[in-house]
Amino acid sequence: MNSLQKKKILEIRELSVSFRQYADKRGSRQTSLPVISKLSVSVGEGEIVAVVGSSGSGKSLLAHAILDLLPYNASVSGSMYFQGEPLDKARIRALRGNQIAFVPQSTTYLDPLMPVGGQVSRTRKDKEKKEKQRKIFQRYGLGPEVDGRYPFECSGGMTRRVLLATALMGDPKLIIADEPTPGMDLALAKKSMEDFRAFADEGNGVLLITHDIELALETADRIAVFYAGMTVEEAPVADFASEETLRHPYTKALWRAMPQNGFQPLPGFQPYVKDMPKGCPFGPRCSGYSKGCQGEISMRRVGNGSVRCAAYRDGMSGSAAGQADESANPRAWAEAEAPGA
Amino acid sequence: MIKHHLLFAGKNLIRMVLLLFAVSVVTFALVSASPIDPLQANVGQAALGAMSEEQKEKLRSYWGVDTPPVERYLNWMTDALRGDLGTSLLYRQPVTRVIAVKLSNSLFLMGIAWILSGVLGFLLGIIAGVFKGRLADRAIRGYSLLIASTPAFWLALLLLMVFTVWLKVLPIGLSVPIGVEASGVTFLDRVRHAILPAATLSITGVSNIALHTREKMIDIMASDYVLFARARGESTWKIVLRHGLRNVLLPAITLQFASISEIIGGSVLVEQVFSYPGLGQAAVAAGTGSDVPLLMGITLITAAIVFLGNFAANLLYGAVDPRIRKGGRPK
Repeated sequence: MNSLQKKKILEIRELSVSFRQYADKRGSRQTSLPVISKLSVSVGEGEIVAVVGSSGSGKSLLAHAILDLLPYNASVSGSMYFQGEPLDKARIRALRGNQIAFVPQSTTYLDPLMPVGGQVSRTRKDKEKKEKQRKIFQRYGLGPEVDGRYPFECSGGMTRRVLLATALMGDPKLIIADEPTPGMDLALAKKSMEDFRAFADEGNGVLLITHDIELALETADRIAVFYAGMTVEEAPVADFASEETLRHPYTKALWRAMPQNGFQPLPGFQPYVKDMPKGCPFGPRCSGYSKGCQGEISMRRVGNGSVRCAAYRDGMSGSAAGQADESANPRAWAEAEAPGA
Repeated sequence: MIKHHLLFAGKNLIRMVLLLFAVSVVTFALVSASPIDPLQANVGQAALGAMSEEQKEKLRSYWGVDTPPVERYLNWMTDALRGDLGTSLLYRQPVTRVIAVKLSNSLFLMGIAWILSGVLGFLLGIIAGVFKGRLADRAIRGYSLLIASTPAFWLALLLLMVFTVWLKVLPIGLSVPIGVEASGVTFLDRVRHAILPAATLSITGVSNIALHTREKMIDIMASDYVLFARARGESTWKIVLRHGLRNVLLPAITLQFASISEIIGGSVLVEQVFSYPGLGQAAVAAGTGSDVPLLMGITLITAAIVFLGNFAANLLYGAVDPRIRKGGRPK
């Protein structure tokens, strides 16, 4: 319950994002393509929260949704709060770049025709800002000659460091980092994670969006596991010590897939948004899948974390329940329908 | 470094020579295949009938009708290589002098149109691209599409009707007032006579540049780096100033220099409508009157201008785009 007592910097409840698309080539009918449905995650003061999910689970869109950067044909529902107050479009616009900093994913986020130094300091005259930019660059081993370089003259790792530096330029309360480390060597990746840690320890928050569960385990305080646009589990890092303390069958499968835990791959693949199964998106790959999983499933608090699994019973999630006899399932469903039971 | 530049210049010089050679061959072939009989076209059927066989023979040799085309081309070619473009058959003056006079008239016109359509098209394109889908964009796009589908000569006639016939504020044609001595023509007179043709060329030139710039601007506004600039709290205005202009400038340079050829093409029609004694009108006269030396000269000079325009664009890329400027430099 530790995380509950801390003041929340960012809280996202049941966020859904969908795109309007033309259903056929003639363009006469519009359909809505849901890419994120029911995503809940929160970041408290002094916390690093990692959102972990495989490619195509909608991770980057989460960052874009928080910062109001989605394209015009996207629609967003659900509620977001920043430091306890609702986060609407006008407030996002006032906060971004100022209290909320963003570290983007790809190196194409830098203007190809502008020297990187100027892109980070965002000034030509302001001496103070320039000095700060130089200091941050120095910290990441970017010498003075890098300031005048164009993005095409920087290596992938250098560009990452430049992107990271943009976040530290302002005075943010929250950093949203979308896959900040690929392309960095191990020492640099560790250093940037230490920086996130130091930043969080000052009472700030970091939302780390990554597919790298190892990195998440090493740096984050809590981990939200993302599957096909849904959070399936939110748990403190400590719960990842063993399979038993984890709640959702997907998280468990993820745990088993890690090299130190047996390296067991999970057969099947994440469903594409267009042919999403009813109810639990993980259903087709879950050994504990039953009728009860086909309805609406809500997030339930369990211990220090929460889970979205219809078959979850204390200490036993879908895959374990599935090994019990068939008659056990309806009961598990009934339990799931009464939250807090 | 210097060697690199010399190589670049040398390559382009060879390219230009080859281009001019090809253009001269094609032009000559087309003129030779033209069904126009130079005698009939320039002397007239009635006058021709009244002439003696001896006179006709003289005229035939003047227009070069009896000489085989290949021989005529080779004659022209050997002279041209020595820098002699021959004598215009219609103007009875050296081709170079005719071109110099006509070109100076046309350059005035085309220069104004080129700059005006470039600047206006660039600005309108940026506004439309930034405010895609909004009222300003729809107005600019509507205007551009309308103008793009309007023939230049028709627009010229329309302007003539409105400003000369109805409002009577601008002269109906030519580049100087009628019945005034050459020494009495003021600069203002020239400007007044150039307004309508230049306006026609500008109005038609704007649409193409505006539409292309708009398209590029939309791409830029949807790019990752603009998204990131937004995430850092930059306003739309600042994004356009800091990232938009910088990135849209390169394609704009290409467009601006590529539009030279369109303006030259357009000026042929427009000068015809306004009886403006420029290069375009001379080209039409040379073509219909079988003045082969003049036509060859005009074709070569316009081809060279278009080539040099594109070459200038290439050089400007090197100055504007750091990826070319620095990328080409040996480390």
